[in-house]
Amino acid sequence: MLTVEGLSSAYGRIVVLHEVSLTVAQGEIVALVGSNGAGKTTLLRTISGVQPLTGGRILLKGRPIERMPAHARVGLGIAQSPEGRQVFGPLSVEDNLRLGAFRRQDAGLAERLAQAYAMFPILWEKRAIPAMSLSGGQQQMLAIARALMAAPKLLLLDEPSLGLAPLLVDQILNAVVSLRDQGMTILLVEQNASAALAIADRGYVLETGKMVHQGAAQSLLTDPRMQAAYLGL
Amino acid sequence: MAEFLQLLFSGLTVGAVYALVALGFTLIYNASDVINFAQGDFVMIGGMGTVFLAAAGLSLPLAAFIAILAAVAVGLLLHRLAIEPARGASPVALIMITIGASIFIKGVAQVVFDKQFHSLPAFTGSDPIALGGATILPQSLWVVGGAIVLFVALYLFLERTLLGKAVLATAANRLAARLVGINVKVILALAFGVSAAIGAIAGVLVTPITLTRYDIGTLFALKGFAAAMVGGMGHPLGAVVGGVLIGLMEAFGAGYISSTYKDGVAFLAILLVLFFMPRGLFGGGSVERV
Repeated sequence: MLTVEGLSSAYGRIVVLHEVSLTVAQGEIVALVGSNGAGKTTLLRTISGVQPLTGGRILLKGRPIERMPAHARVGLGIAQSPEGRQVFGPLSVEDNLRLGAFRRQDAGLAERLAQAYAMFPILWEKRAIPAMSLSGGQQQMLAIARALMAAPKLLLLDEPSLGLAPLLVDQILNAVVSLRDQGMTILLVEQNASAALAIADRGYVLETGKMVHQGAAQSLLTDPRMQAAYLGL
Repeated sequence: MAEFLQLLFSGLTVGAVYALVALGFTLIYNASDVINFAQGDFVMIGGMGTVFLAAAGLSLPLAAFIAILAAVAVGLLLHRLAIEPARGASPVALIMITIGASIFIKGVAQVVFDKQFHSLPAFTGSDPIALGGATILPQSLWVVGGAIVLFVALYLFLERTLLGKAVLATAANRLAARLVGINVKVILALAFGVSAAIGAIAGVLVTPITLTRYDIGTLFALKGFAAAMVGGMGHPLGAVVGGVLIGLMEAFGAGYISSTYKDGVAFLAILLVLFFMPRGLFGGGSVERV
């Protein structure tokens, strides 16, 4: 589904990603873990096209997309739930969801809206109020639901558990698993490495802008180096 | 009482024009964080364009339509040639760019048009209508009515259409707007185009009353800016209320105190707002949850 080859990206003269490569196959959850500042968010933003790259290639189903503007990539089926939620604060919850489908105004819109509300019933209760008056956890649900409204082929989730209560973390990770079971392809970025690897099929470890480990999620979970560095064991 | 009504009518008429200019400021500010001091020049282009096209033999409605389109073209060029290349510049730099653009537009207008005052015939006669001892010009009704129609149309566009919501979304969070697939460049161009059209329509409506010249944009920009500040920069309803307030303050100030200070009223209003409620009348309750 997604192939990233030798991707580099920089903020001004500060290089954040050094020739990073990764693949995500159809229908799998790939976890991208690493400590704060490793470049995980930058990688997702570069894939979405909101952060320029300085080198390398991004292929979606074999088609190069690294020169496409961000809005065209959404049209091809890449949706992202960004770090820090980034909801449209003054707009209502329902408007946020409808804007998630900005490039997919099709017959399935009403059904996707109903699915989003079924997945997160609290959003249905709060559908008419401005997104900025939701709690942090509710905004996180809104950000994920908004990304799903685009009916993406590839869903990029950036720190969906950040700042949430443990019960909510479980709820959101369960939702991610059920999306995968419905056939969606998911690239999940998490600082909470053990939670992410527990639901992922495969994992990558990013350290100061370089990929340092990769493998099946289970083997990463039991790798002693991983346990010492990221899993707090 | 008759004098009060008379001042009220003239205040509402002028206020409606300030409100439209302020609405233009608001729309561009919301979408792009730019305070566009060339906003008043769209008013001039609308008025002067209509005068010269009508003089060339076009019917008034056609002349006005073409003049409004010309203003939209200028607005789009302003965005494309002056604002877009300076993306990421500081707000002060962007303000200076728009002031420079405004001076440039005035310079070109001197050459394309001339340096004389011009007027247009009133749309539907100039016999004043008597009302409660005061009189009101039919053209004033056009100005106020036109402003109401534009405001309602803009409201419906922003609140009832997906494209309008995309403008609001871009204003609220540009990164998120790009991530849901909104082409932010198109939205910004749209904001400049619509703002230019609103300004130009205001110019067409008001020219039969106030006359027009290549440089009238400056005062309209300053008063419209004051109106937007009084209402709370970025609030469409605030822009309208601010515009009407400043129009009324000017009219009553000129009528009851002295017309010498008429043009100073707007600036007094800005100062008072900045001292006592710096976020403007409608800017109060914006709290962001972290």
